[in-house]
Amino acid sequence: MRTALLVTRRELEAYFTSPLAYVFIIIFLALGGALTFYLGGFFERGRADLAAFFVFHPWLYLFLIPALGMRLWAEERKSGTLEFLLTLPLGTTAAVVGKFLAAWLFAGIALLLTFPLWITVNWLGDPDNGAIAAGYLGSWLMAGGFLALSGVVSALTKNQVIAFVGATALCFLFMVSGLPLVQGVFQGWAPAALVDVVASFSFLTNFDAIQNGVVDGRHLVFFGSLIVAALAINVAVVELNKGA
Amino acid sequence: MDVLLDVEGLTKQFGALTAVDDVSFRVRRGEVVGFLGPNGAGKSTTMRMITGYLPADAGRAELCGVDVQREPERARAKLGYLPEGAPAYGEMTPLGLLTFVAQVRGLSGREREQRLREVRERLRLDSVWRRPIEALSKGFKRRVGVAQAILHDPELLVLDEPTDGLDPNQKFEVRRFLKDIAADKAILVSTHILEEVDAICDRAIIVANGRIVADGTPSSLEARAVDHNVVAVTLPADAHERALAALEDAEGVAEVRAANDEGGEGEIVLLVRPAHGTDVLARVHEASRAADLPVREITRRRGRLDDIFRTLTSAA
Ligand SMILES: Nc1ncnc2c1ncn2[C@@H]1O[C@H](COP(=O)(O)OP(=O)(O)O)[C@@H](O)[C@H]1O
Ligand SMILES: [Mg+2]
Repeated sequence: MRTALLVTRRELEAYFTSPLAYVFIIIFLALGGALTFYLGGFFERGRADLAAFFVFHPWLYLFLIPALGMRLWAEERKSGTLEFLLTLPLGTTAAVVGKFLAAWLFAGIALLLTFPLWITVNWLGDPDNGAIAAGYLGSWLMAGGFLALSGVVSALTKNQVIAFVGATALCFLFMVSGLPLVQGVFQGWAPAALVDVVASFSFLTNFDAIQNGVVDGRHLVFFGSLIVAALAINVAVVELNKGA
Repeated sequence: MDVLLDVEGLTKQFGALTAVDDVSFRVRRGEVVGFLGPNGAGKSTTMRMITGYLPADAGRAELCGVDVQREPERARAKLGYLPEGAPAYGEMTPLGLLTFVAQVRGLSGREREQRLREVRERLRLDSVWRRPIEALSKGFKRRVGVAQAILHDPELLVLDEPTDGLDPNQKFEVRRFLKDIAADKAILVSTHILEEVDAICDRAIIVANGRIVADGTPSSLEARAVDHNVVAVTLPADAHERALAALEDAEGVAEVRAANDEGGEGEIVLLVRPAHGTDVLARVHEASRAADLPVREITRRRGRLDDIFRTLTSAA
């Protein structure tokens, strides 16, 4: 754990010494804002909440999180630093957890920088701040889920472009697995239980529930266990792919 | 405990290719062992198994008595390793990178400060201490790589081509540095540069196609070269035939032939190869006196490492 946190700190410092961090934050804020005001009709809705903001997060993350996650392992493999890192006396698990945590905290920082929106709704009206907090929590958890999936894909390749495209595709599958389109593929031949399982993997379904202010244990457990499972797979993939 | 690195039957397969094939050797405290071989011989792969980075298909490696497959973290704590190409995070400064390594290795407080100062001075990193590593010259990058390997003052050092790509002065510096710290450590250095072996190694292990083809001191390897102890006799060109006849008859001589492109204008150099690598200088001397040969120069030559290297690594 000590070594994992050292890795986290090193990674976070690396984010902020590269332009990537600032580009990511600026794009996140600009796109998030534009979607909220133009597509979401923040003012036209005339309601003091941030629903118009959160509703676009799954789509925003679908591209931005793979962009953040693609370099996690692909870059280390390509530049050879993976061998340097993993021959220090720290385990692969510490490296995986440490790197994930750094990226997740970074996404959290970007998310927190949207606080002017929160100030705005509080200034305009009298919103349910509990629901807003739940929205932020759900959004961050969802970012963690996307990030953990992106990390797995990144560990499979040295090529960051492939990592980005692959991660986006994987994240998309997880996102939409609750939509009728996907359900239709399974219904008719798969047992109902399986259809429900597939649906329950949906990021959209789980995120919707949380951002509506329903912080149900099930949804927290969903994102939590998805992250843990993805990290475990990530460890295995890094181990298997080390030499290649 | 004097054997700090004990490698036993290491084997690694990449698909159909056996990159490392049953490699065994030991390195003792105080020894600098050169790990030689042409590109693709399996040096890096062997080192990666020693450090536990790659799992071995067969065999084992013990680092200071700790099995690297069974207890990787404990084994790595005892090891200093420079991976091939000296990879490092380019956006970090030497100070940042070495501080990170020190923290991971559990060094703190005064000890950490002192070790950082020591490697900064020893590897002359002062001028680049706070510059991003990606902006450094190849020589400095290598030295940062060596610095992170020796930061915790390990007893066992494994260095994969520490002087590759350095200019002659930088090579000299790194070699001198390794010699300086060698006394109480065991050091395994891979290289494909032969002069390196003469310069710093007590022992050389030559690998080709994944197998060890020779293991010994540089002079014992030189003695295995075909032209070890060859006696070179320089004469006027017109004495060629006469000298050939006289020297071939001398006792203990296996073969006499004229060297290509040696000797001055109007001169010829005859190479007298002794049977079984024995010393025939005195006999050649006697024979040439007896035949009254107009000898201008007579020398005994040592076997050359690159000859034995070429013989051993191209046969397979
Ligand atoms: N990850 C890998 N996958 C497939 N082949 C590899 C891999 N690593 C090394 N090899 C092959 O194994 C052989 C030995 O390589 P290496 O250990 O790097 O040699 P050296 O360090 O002596 O130059 C080479 O033929 C190389 O192409
Ligand atoms: Mg190599």
